[in-house]
Amino acid sequence: MEHVKSNVYFWQGSEACAEAAVLAGCRFFAGYPITPATGIAEHLSRRLPQVSGVAIQMEDEIASIGAVIGASWAGVKAMTATSGPGFSLMQESIGYAFITETPCVIVDVQRVGPGTGQATKCAQGDVMQSRWGTHGDYSAIVLSPNSAQEMFTLTIRAFNLAEKYRTPVILLSDEVTAHMREKVVVPPVETLEIVNRKKPKPGEKAFFGIEEVPPMPAVGEGFNVAVTGSTHDEYGIRFTSDPLVHRRLVERLNKKIQNHVDEIAEVECFNLENCEVGVVAYGCTSRAVYDVVEEARAKGLKVGYVRLKTLWPFPDEAVQKLAETASKIIVPEMNLRQIFFEVKRAVEGRAKVVPLNKIGGGELITPDELLAKILEEAEGDG
Amino acid sequence: MAEAFSVKRYLRDLRLPFCPGCGAFTVINAFLRAVYELGHEDLRGFVFCSGIGCSSWIPSPYFMADSIHTLHGRSIPVATGVKLMRPDLNVVVFGGDGDIVGIGLSHFVHAARRNLDVLVIMVNNMVYGMTGGQVAPTTPFKAKTTTTPYGSFEYPLDAVRLAVAAGANYAARWTTAHQNELKEAVKKALQLKGFRFIEVVSQCPTAFGRRVGFKNAWEMIKWFRENSIMLEQAKNLDEEDLATRIVVGEFVQRQRPTLTETLYATIKEAQKIGQS
Repeated sequence: MEHVKSNVYFWQGSEACAEAAVLAGCRFFAGYPITPATGIAEHLSRRLPQVSGVAIQMEDEIASIGAVIGASWAGVKAMTATSGPGFSLMQESIGYAFITETPCVIVDVQRVGPGTGQATKCAQGDVMQSRWGTHGDYSAIVLSPNSAQEMFTLTIRAFNLAEKYRTPVILLSDEVTAHMREKVVVPPVETLEIVNRKKPKPGEKAFFGIEEVPPMPAVGEGFNVAVTGSTHDEYGIRFTSDPLVHRRLVERLNKKIQNHVDEIAEVECFNLENCEVGVVAYGCTSRAVYDVVEEARAKGLKVGYVRLKTLWPFPDEAVQKLAETASKIIVPEMNLRQIFFEVKRAVEGRAKVVPLNKIGGGELITPDELLAKILEEAEGDG
Repeated sequence: MAEAFSVKRYLRDLRLPFCPGCGAFTVINAFLRAVYELGHEDLRGFVFCSGIGCSSWIPSPYFMADSIHTLHGRSIPVATGVKLMRPDLNVVVFGGDGDIVGIGLSHFVHAARRNLDVLVIMVNNMVYGMTGGQVAPTTPFKAKTTTTPYGSFEYPLDAVRLAVAAGANYAARWTTAHQNELKEAVKKALQLKGFRFIEVVSQCPTAFGRRVGFKNAWEMIKWFRENSIMLEQAKNLDEEDLATRIVVGEFVQRQRPTLTETLYATIKEAQKIGQS
């Protein structure tokens, strides 16, 4: 069986993610068991061999991301899936993937932290880690699914962005989104957009610069590619003290993402032009918003929202648009304020930004709690 | 091959970064000579993975070949990804003792257990040389380093015996005083399959030798030669006698099924199940 047929399925988010990876062309998975991400490893361990791919359980998360990077340089689309503690262990290698421009997908199924925290419970505490987890200057692409369906579509998108921009892409899921079972529509395979990395032409030598996204050879293709995590020039040669070579490299690594925020930063918007109170939400928490909009309307209050499908680069523009009409913006999160500060930065004082936070035990922010907060803020205007 | 051996045919036109007297020169020579004698006109078909440390600079970027210079300790995981997806390529890992059996120890043991098809060449200079000479998992007991100024109070690791115990198909130890034996070991290892490990006890005159009483590199090499003992002869010595000796030779050569063999056989089986 090459890949799943176009149909309507009743899938867990993990299954949807794994099947999407196969459809996106992923043929290598390396991982280490960790709750609540193990389902993805289990599913791919069964599925990848069927499509002549390789799934291997490594000795830890550091080895897992290392093997993924090696497979990517062997010319293969590769991914791993983990949760907070494993994501922490992978951070150094994720930085290596940034500086070596190694396309790969890392799924972080968030659970309660820090430390071992509450392993089986849902949280959204890794938002800042997904952006700033490794040392140095870089721009990350982080996607935030809120349904089993989006575990499917955003996994494919994660691979496409990784290949297009030659960079690691993080699919920042959470325990609820990965374990929830719901309807997933798999469209006909020929309608899916699948992006593959740009390969060099024979004789090309600049695999680390000149072009914004340089072509990427695989090992064994005769290009004599020198890959290094040290600062390097366009040809992969180490320059460990030259400031200009470093600036040229790192500025390009950042610009290749920042110049394309319009394409990368995806949002779902509702009622931006005509709302009194706005909500900025993402991941499992954003599911409460849909109900609340209707209930608020019944109470005569106009609510608009921006649902972040891309967390990083941050979709400034959509949030700013929301602030043009909404005087209050609520930011519900299952952490102690992370995207809240980013919203504050983006709106530059044009709206009051109100946090709504809940942590521990995997308890979601309910529609009632969100509605109560919205009404409280609306009445506050009095 | 008509042309005489020259390391230059396998190297980029760059200045090597090693200190005068460094054992890395000997390792480069032995490795490339082995490659030459096996009839490789260039390094096509090889992929070199290395970590962080002086020895990790041996292939990267100096070898005219595909090379992946990874993070400290992580050359073997990256080599795993490369080899599993390109079983046709000859994957060789270079690293120091700190890189391979310090920070990267777990990967080393598991790669040997899996019998991953790579050749790992560990240049053991008994110290963290690049950072200025700190104690390593291979530093001899009582040896003075910058972080053991009163002498090391720990016992060193025997990486070769560990590789044997973990399941490597080939494991050997030589020193930079055994250039020919080293070259022959590389030749042999390159023709075998599975996890192959060669430890090269090597001199770091800059960050180790001068602190433990050696005036120069030559004195260290001489010491290696005089204190090395073949594995067969070492069997008659007790632990105390062995403490100041370097046991050299071939510790294991066997034909356990390799990881790529067992993995790809499993993939075939999975596809049969899928069809039935």
